[in-house]
Amino acid sequence: MLGKLDWSAIPIDEPIPLIAAGVVLFAILAVLIWAGVKGHYPYLWREWITSVDHKRIGVMYILLAMVMLLRGGTDAIMMRAQQTVAYHSNGYLPPEHFNQIFSAHGTIMIFFVGMPFVIGLMNLIVPLQLGVRDVAFPTLNSVGFWLTATGALLINVSLVVGEFARTGWLPFPPLSELTYSPGVGVDYYTWSLEISGIGTLVAGINLVTTVLKLRTRGMTYLRMPMFCWTTLASNLLIIAAFPILTATLAMLILDRYFGFHFFTNEAGGNVMMFMNLIWAWGHPEVYILVLPAFGIFSEVVSTFSSKVLFGYRSMVLATMAICIISFMVWLHHFFTMGAGPDVNAIFGIASMIIAVPTGVKIYNWLFTMFGGRVRFAVPMLWSIGFMVTFIIGGLTGVLLAVPPADFLLHNSLFLVAHFHNVIIGAVLFGAFAGYTYWFPKAFGFRLDEATGKAAFWFTLVGFYVTFMPLYVAGLLGMTRRMQHYDVAAWRPWMIAAGIGTVLLAIGVALQVLQLFVSIRRRDELRDTTGDPWDGRSLEWATSSPPPAFNFAVLPNVTGEDAYWRVKEHARRQDLDKREPDYKDIEMPRNSPTGFVCAFFATVMGFALIWHIWWMVGLGAVGAFATFVVFAWRDHDEYIIPATEVARIDRTNLAARRAALDLAGIAQ
Amino acid sequence: MNIFDPQGPIAAADATILVDSVAIMLAIVVPTIIAIFAFAFWFRQSNPRAFYSPDWAYSGRIELVVWSIPALTIILLGGVAWIGSHQLDPAASVQGTGSPVRIQAVSLDWKWLFIYPDQRIATVNTLTVPVGVPLNFELTSASVMNVFFVPQLGSMIYTMNGMVTRLNLRADREGTFQGLSAQFSGDGFPEMGFDVHVVSPLAFPDWVKSTAQSDRVLNADSYAELARQSVVTDKAAFRLDDVRLFEKISTQKLPPGPGPTLVTESAQSYLGAGHAR
Repeated sequence: MLGKLDWSAIPIDEPIPLIAAGVVLFAILAVLIWAGVKGHYPYLWREWITSVDHKRIGVMYILLAMVMLLRGGTDAIMMRAQQTVAYHSNGYLPPEHFNQIFSAHGTIMIFFVGMPFVIGLMNLIVPLQLGVRDVAFPTLNSVGFWLTATGALLINVSLVVGEFARTGWLPFPPLSELTYSPGVGVDYYTWSLEISGIGTLVAGINLVTTVLKLRTRGMTYLRMPMFCWTTLASNLLIIAAFPILTATLAMLILDRYFGFHFFTNEAGGNVMMFMNLIWAWGHPEVYILVLPAFGIFSEVVSTFSSKVLFGYRSMVLATMAICIISFMVWLHHFFTMGAGPDVNAIFGIASMIIAVPTGVKIYNWLFTMFGGRVRFAVPMLWSIGFMVTFIIGGLTGVLLAVPPADFLLHNSLFLVAHFHNVIIGAVLFGAFAGYTYWFPKAFGFRLDEATGKAAFWFTLVGFYVTFMPLYVAGLLGMTRRMQHYDVAAWRPWMIAAGIGTVLLAIGVALQVLQLFVSIRRRDELRDTTGDPWDGRSLEWATSSPPPAFNFAVLPNVTGEDAYWRVKEHARRQDLDKREPDYKDIEMPRNSPTGFVCAFFATVMGFALIWHIWWMVGLGAVGAFATFVVFAWRDHDEYIIPATEVARIDRTNLAARRAALDLAGIAQ
Repeated sequence: MNIFDPQGPIAAADATILVDSVAIMLAIVVPTIIAIFAFAFWFRQSNPRAFYSPDWAYSGRIELVVWSIPALTIILLGGVAWIGSHQLDPAASVQGTGSPVRIQAVSLDWKWLFIYPDQRIATVNTLTVPVGVPLNFELTSASVMNVFFVPQLGSMIYTMNGMVTRLNLRADREGTFQGLSAQFSGDGFPEMGFDVHVVSPLAFPDWVKSTAQSDRVLNADSYAELARQSVVTDKAAFRLDDVRLFEKISTQKLPPGPGPTLVTESAQSYLGAGHAR
């Protein structure tokens, strides 16, 4: 009846996961009850859960990423604490628990923090920057988000019911095969990522179509803001790379469920095929995460230097070059498998070549500041912190691309420090910069500056105190994923890294505090003009938060930095006071399709993990039926009448004109 | 285990390339970092002496420089990578005094088996080699992937079941060094450390002779016992019964390691390998 599921799946004898799960369950229940008592459910259902508005979906993606950041961060604290104490002792985490934690940490941070954060920001901002009213496929967008949430949910269920993978964040066979991992941990991993991978793929298709097909009048490719370019590049990579991940994990699933032999030791299975396939996805994945961050930095550096982005065309070229070359370097993840000197050297050099366009980007941001008026607001602090940190991460990355150096450093804590250096230094800093930069656009008020700056400094210093010691430990020969160790020389560096983790945790806590403080002070921080930073691109040309239709009248673009031009124009000639010609606007109707689909996908995923076959059928039929019902719909759009559009837009324009007049006087 | 304290030519050459590469990159990284701070500071909004040119967005000369500096650096480093990969190919033999010692390393769950086919002996979790002599490793895995790594002797290499990888090293100083597995391989992974005893060329035959008198014999039976998932504390030494044992392991004539033994029927569902230690 319940497949492999029985009471032994609940870790009653292990206090740490049990208490953790209890706290999480209690928190979720408390929130649910509170929302019920306050009567928020109808509002949440109408305005958020069933919403197909790209801004709402973007916000939900980012919220998911931030909640998962707390989970992944907790894992990080536990790991660093274990390595701080586990010298000549077993520490406080037994191996089977420690191994789950580092596997969950990596999986969550990449798939459920990095990915939703950048996809959320792209969802929120790209249609606004392109000057359009929505993404290409609004309901699909909602489906994509909810499937991602399903993956995150399943991974967290593994905390309470059963176990998570003990194989690392990439489940290398044969360790991940049934022979060596007979538990359900690897199944939680594969099904979570299969389901959320579909979500990511549809998000990628949606955003690529949006950038290619939905641009406002005059928004030619070479007038698009950099963030739209990096979105295009990143989502092209998603479309090209994620099917590889899905297929690779499907092969692992076939091995585990049906006795196939793709990657087993026996019957001609080949583990190196898995290594090649997973990194053929895995290396582009790094650029899927980092390219949008590069786009964010381009926007932020230009805005806060009050200056045009230097070398725009160079930046576009560099972005697309990275997009293509990133597919040709995957073998550098296993130079030490003995592939032979020619292969190693060619992939090493290919990996280094990526450093050229990346270096160009750094110099272009540098020269964007040159001759500007740099304002050190929080997003700009993250950007400068990124530039310096990322250069160091780039240096160690190129070093690891030199095969003989990699022969000493592969899989060491040096490698761990390197990829945290680029993922935290670029992706996370970029996500935080984008979060602070675009928060007023999403909610109509700015984030508190003082707590934001404090959070930045703690995170920056915490990062260096945590990861510089790990570089050293790697040079001292310490390999990753050690549950305990006996080498005295490593100990001080582990303690230093532990202290750094405390600083990082304070940084994250300050970000949470910042949100509370900002909500309390929202009236002081209100952004009435829709343009709090003196922005340059079209997202600042509408109110904060934008109306459901984004723009009352679709803007007409005449060059790069579209909104900057409008403002300059208005300052000079005092034009644009004519009342626009308002028309009825058609917008897509909300749909519960995404949520219902994801509900059934969750049921199906859980049932597949535990071999509960009737439930698998139920989930599959339910998800498919939801899709059919959606496909049969008669009305998919509603009309916002011109009078309503005019009413909303007049208040917005009035505030904006007042601000522009003020700027005109100042000049 | 400091990789900057190399005890052999491979480790020394690897480390030299590492340091050289960092030096080449620092030559452009340090000025760039300084420029970031300098530009950000000088062009701060509150500095009235800094000029402001909001529309300056292109300079062909600067573009040329910013594309060519990273490109030139990469050309230089690419040369280092190309030459280094060929000179330090793990499969390429190493010069040394005396005839090479052949060692066949097998990673097991969770210990290392070192077979000396020519000496007809085998050891667990301890490797004894003569100083200055070329060491010729063939490696495989009995179950999951591992990486053989002695930081002070140089290059690491993967071990994989059904496959043989090759590695050539040389130790230039007598002493005891630490080796480990550099690829996570399950619950007993941190126990996969091993000692490397580098002894004089005269002491090595003595060690071989005393080991060959071991009353423990490595054959299919005792190998099957070793292949079971366990952590060993005694560093056993064996007489080698079958000189083709390594070949049988790497060609799977001896079956791969069995994985975890399940505790009870009901615990199968989630317990997996159980407690390793």
